[in-house]
Amino acid sequence: MPKVTWILKDGKEVAAEVPVGHNLMEVAVAKNVPNVIGECGGCLSCATCHVYVDEAWYGKTGGPDDMESDMLEITVAERKPTSRLSCQIKSAPELDGLVLRVPYI
Amino acid sequence: MPDPIVIVGAGQAGVALAAKLRALGYADPVILIGDETMPPYQRPPLSKKYVSGELDVERLLIRPRDWYAEQNVDLRLEQRVTALSPLNHELTFSDGSRLRYSKLALTSGARPRNLPAEIGGTLPGVVTIRGLVDADAIIPQLKTGMDLVVVGGGYIGLEAAAVTAAKGMQVTVLEAAERILQRVAAAETSAYFRDLHGRHGVIVREATALDRLTAREGRVAGVALKDGTELPADLVIVGIGVLPNDDLAREAGLLVENGITVDAQGRSSDPDIFAAGDCANFPWQGQRTRLESVQNAIEQAEHAAAAMLGAPEHYNPVPWFWSDQYDVKLQIAGLNRGYDQVVVRPGKRPGSQSVWYYRQGVLIAVDAMNDALAYAFGKKALEAGKTISPAQAADPAVDLKAAIG
Repeated sequence: MPKVTWILKDGKEVAAEVPVGHNLMEVAVAKNVPNVIGECGGCLSCATCHVYVDEAWYGKTGGPDDMESDMLEITVAERKPTSRLSCQIKSAPELDGLVLRVPYI
Repeated sequence: MPDPIVIVGAGQAGVALAAKLRALGYADPVILIGDETMPPYQRPPLSKKYVSGELDVERLLIRPRDWYAEQNVDLRLEQRVTALSPLNHELTFSDGSRLRYSKLALTSGARPRNLPAEIGGTLPGVVTIRGLVDADAIIPQLKTGMDLVVVGGGYIGLEAAAVTAAKGMQVTVLEAAERILQRVAAAETSAYFRDLHGRHGVIVREATALDRLTAREGRVAGVALKDGTELPADLVIVGIGVLPNDDLAREAGLLVENGITVDAQGRSSDPDIFAAGDCANFPWQGQRTRLESVQNAIEQAEHAAAAMLGAPEHYNPVPWFWSDQYDVKLQIAGLNRGYDQVVVRPGKRPGSQSVWYYRQGVLIAVDAMNDALAYAFGKKALEAGKTISPAQAADPAVDLKAAIG
């Protein structure tokens, strides 16, 4: 099962194995990763699951589609070149080892 | 050890309240009581991806099953509270047992309105969608080509129509008002969805009064309209709104009027009892308000949790809602109550558009159809207390980012 690591702003790390096909917001919520909230349940309406994909991994996750890119306009933390809404990233074998940075404490 | 904080109602609000108590450092016992068999789950997908089979039940869970023990939240399922004594700080359950609380939160949600039994509302084959048991009862009844009638052209009814039409059913939506979504949206938004459903083969009958449901062999078989028309119906889905679950509070003598009356911190007329979510009626922008949304359930519950621990904050939300129908995502920011002007803004993609609501020239809400940018900046404007002129909003050449920031 692909392993994903969330690195919090204070440097603390949370790691989890994510079943292929599940999105990375739902797992973050399950693992109590702080400030990945996912209020809308992953339907691209709240922008509360904002993460920065580690630059080394951005080539593999790819960038946001149009709707997601629009929603990234209202994230609480600053939008950066590797910003994604984690509900829109699905676990896949090629993402084993993925590192996401949570933009809040 | 003090008596526990007890939360009655294990939905979005109840879970959010328990989680916030722990996040704020409260270490004493928290008991979360629900009357269903499943641990707390998300309801919105029930009329969308759950009925369509895209989402299995474990993925509906708001938190994983072991989260409650990890957080030291005592989740008690299949428990029904029958009485509340504010004087004794005590709840009574259907099995006669009692439980004392230090502070109590009522997050008991809402229940669907049903059609009256006299007109066939309780016939087999007449269903509502609120809980998992409702959805699980509907799924095996859905068969390609069957005649399905949806009573009520609100969001739940239209979502049910979308998901069943996509599965190949012959769907008719009946709306008693002049137009679908009349209670919640402007005519422009209604028109968008009428057209969308029409293109997917759904018959939308507005200003259509239901007379009664007809039965054959003990099961619903048709719908008789007031104008004498009869429609065949193998299944009838009723989506005519919800009623707040405020009976426990009313019988306990708390102030109740279209939901449990609370202040801006979520406190009821009893200082040790709080309420949040669909069942709570709170002051917002100078009016009593009751919202039915996930956003409100979570955020109001979090405010109530803070108030229970003596750190109250004023709950002053920008409400938001969503609905998914076919390939259209509707996102709503704000509340259009009392609007006196509406403008339509074409989106940058085919089929995308937004409807901007004004009251006395001030922006109060946006409906965005496949137009997340309009939603995003509409919401941003409302949160910042900014407005954008109707002329600017209607002009697709105006850059929303530049106009709103």
